[in-house]
Amino acid sequence: MSHPEKSCEDPTMPPALRVSGLSKSFVVHAHGDLALPVLHDVSLAVSPGECLALVGPSGAGKSTLLRSLYGNYRADAGSIRVRQDDAWTELVGAEPRTVLDVRHRTMGFVSQFLRVIPRVAAVDVVAEPLLRRGVEATEASHRAEFLLGMLGIPARLWALPPATFSGGEQQRINIARSLIVDYPILLLDEPTASLDAANRDGVVELICQRRDAGAAVVGIFHDTGVRDAVATRIHEVLPPASPAGAPPCVAKPS
Amino acid sequence: MSAATLPSPLLSARNITKRFGGRIACHNVNFDLWPGEVLGIVGESGSGKTTLLNCLAGRLTPDAGSVIYETASAGTVDIHRLSEARRRLLTRTEWGFVNQDAREGLRMGVSAGANIGERLMAVGARHYGEIRGSAADWLARVEIDADRLDDRPTTFSGGMRQRLQIARNLVSGPRLVFMDEPTGGLDVSVQARILDLLRGLVERLHLSAVLVTHDLGVARLLTHRLMVMQGGAVIEEGLTDQVLDDPQHAYTQMLVASILPV
Repeated sequence: MSHPEKSCEDPTMPPALRVSGLSKSFVVHAHGDLALPVLHDVSLAVSPGECLALVGPSGAGKSTLLRSLYGNYRADAGSIRVRQDDAWTELVGAEPRTVLDVRHRTMGFVSQFLRVIPRVAAVDVVAEPLLRRGVEATEASHRAEFLLGMLGIPARLWALPPATFSGGEQQRINIARSLIVDYPILLLDEPTASLDAANRDGVVELICQRRDAGAAVVGIFHDTGVRDAVATRIHEVLPPASPAGAPPCVAKPS
Repeated sequence: MSAATLPSPLLSARNITKRFGGRIACHNVNFDLWPGEVLGIVGESGSGKTTLLNCLAGRLTPDAGSVIYETASAGTVDIHRLSEARRRLLTRTEWGFVNQDAREGLRMGVSAGANIGERLMAVGARHYGEIRGSAADWLARVEIDADRLDDRPTTFSGGMRQRLQIARNLVSGPRLVFMDEPTGGLDVSVQARILDLLRGLVERLHLSAVLVTHDLGVARLLTHRLMVMQGGAVIEEGLTDQVLDDPQHAYTQMLVASILPV
C-alpha cells in the first residue's frame, strides 16, 4: 500500500491503528438494491496514548466507521491495519480467524448496548474475556468484582444476570467487560450515553487511565464534557453527500 | 499469530455435492474448520444444511467431493474413503453428534448412567467404579440430579434428555462435535439453559464444532463464523456478527430482517 499519509501523527510514535482510503456503503436488496454510501476515502492513524474523538452530525457515519474498524461491518475498499506482534495486520478482506485473533489480543470494543446472554451472571459476563485468555477462574472473578465495584455496580447485583438491570447498569457491565483486558486498541461507541454524572466520571477516569497507560483509543462521545476530558485529537466525519473539504484531522481546541 | 504458525484445519470440506434423485440438496460446498472454531450453518428448512452436516459427519455419502479430517494421531484422512469400520471407530472416539431429537442420540432402554458410560467404554474405559464416577460427574455438569443416574431417559423431560445427550457426547472428550438444531423443539426457558450449558462447555473444553440451526439468535450466541445456505448452496459466509449485522446477500438480509424483536 502506498497511500499518501495525510494524518497528523506524532513521528516519534508509530501508530497502533492506521486506516487509509476506507469506503463503506450499504446495499439494501429489498428496496431495489438501493445503495447507501456512508464512508468515502476515510484515512486516519492513532498512536498509543492518543484518544481520537470522532465528531460529526447524526448520520454522518461515526458508528459505521467504528464498526468497520472492528470488522463488524465489511469495508468495500481501503485498508485498516492494526499493529500486532511488531507487524501490521490488515483487516480489510481478512480471514474471520485473523479478525477474531485481533479482537482477542489487540482490539476491544464498547458498544452502546449490552447484548444480554440468558442466565449468565454479571460477574461472569465481565470475567469471560479473562477466562478466554487462560486466567484462572477465581482470579478472573476477583478482577471482575473489583472493576464492577469501581464502576459503582452494587455487590448485590454481581451474581444476577444483567437482563433485568437498568440501561445505565447494563452499559457499565459492558464497559467492565471490555476494559477488564488491557487491549492496546480501544474502540468506544458512546460509552457514557445513559450514565448519570457520578458514574460518567468513573468511566471517564477509567478511559483516561487506559489512554495514559498507552492504549490507542478511538471513540464517539456526544457529551462535550466527556470528549474534552478524554480526547487528545478530533477527527471529523463528514456526511456522505457533503464535499470533502475539511482536513481529516485538526488539533483539539483547548 | 502469523500465518506461518497457525495450525492446519481440523476439517476441510471440498466441493461437497449431494443429490436426492434429481434434486440437489447441497451443491459444491467448500470450507475449512479450524481448531477451537464453532461454525454455524444457517438457512431455512430445505436449504440443505442438515444434508451437508450429515455428509460432513460421515452419515451420508456425498455424490461428489471430499471431507478431510486431521485425526489426533494418524494424520489426515478422507472420511468417505475410510472403511466403514475405521469411520465408525473414528466417529466414536474423536467425534460427537448431538441430534435435534434426543431420542435418536440416546439409548432409551438403558439408564442415564449407562448412556454416558457406554461412550467411555467405547474409548477403552473398563473400570466400573471410574465409569460410574465420570457418569455422575457429567450428570452434574449438565445439571441433572445425581439420584437420576439409574433412571432411564424415558422418564426424563425433553430438556433433560437433550442435556443427557450432550453429556453422552462430551464425556469421551471429542475433538469435533456436530450439532443439528440442538435446541429445536424445546421451550424457550429450556432452550436458554441448554444454550448456556453448550456455550460454557464449548469455551472450557476448547471444542471445535459445526452447528446447524435456523435460529439466528442461537447462531449469534454459539458460533464464531457463519455460512448461510439457500437452495443447497452457500450464498454468504463470514464472521458471525458481521454476517448478522452487515448482511450482503439479499437472502441473508431477508433472514436477518425477519427476526421478531422482543
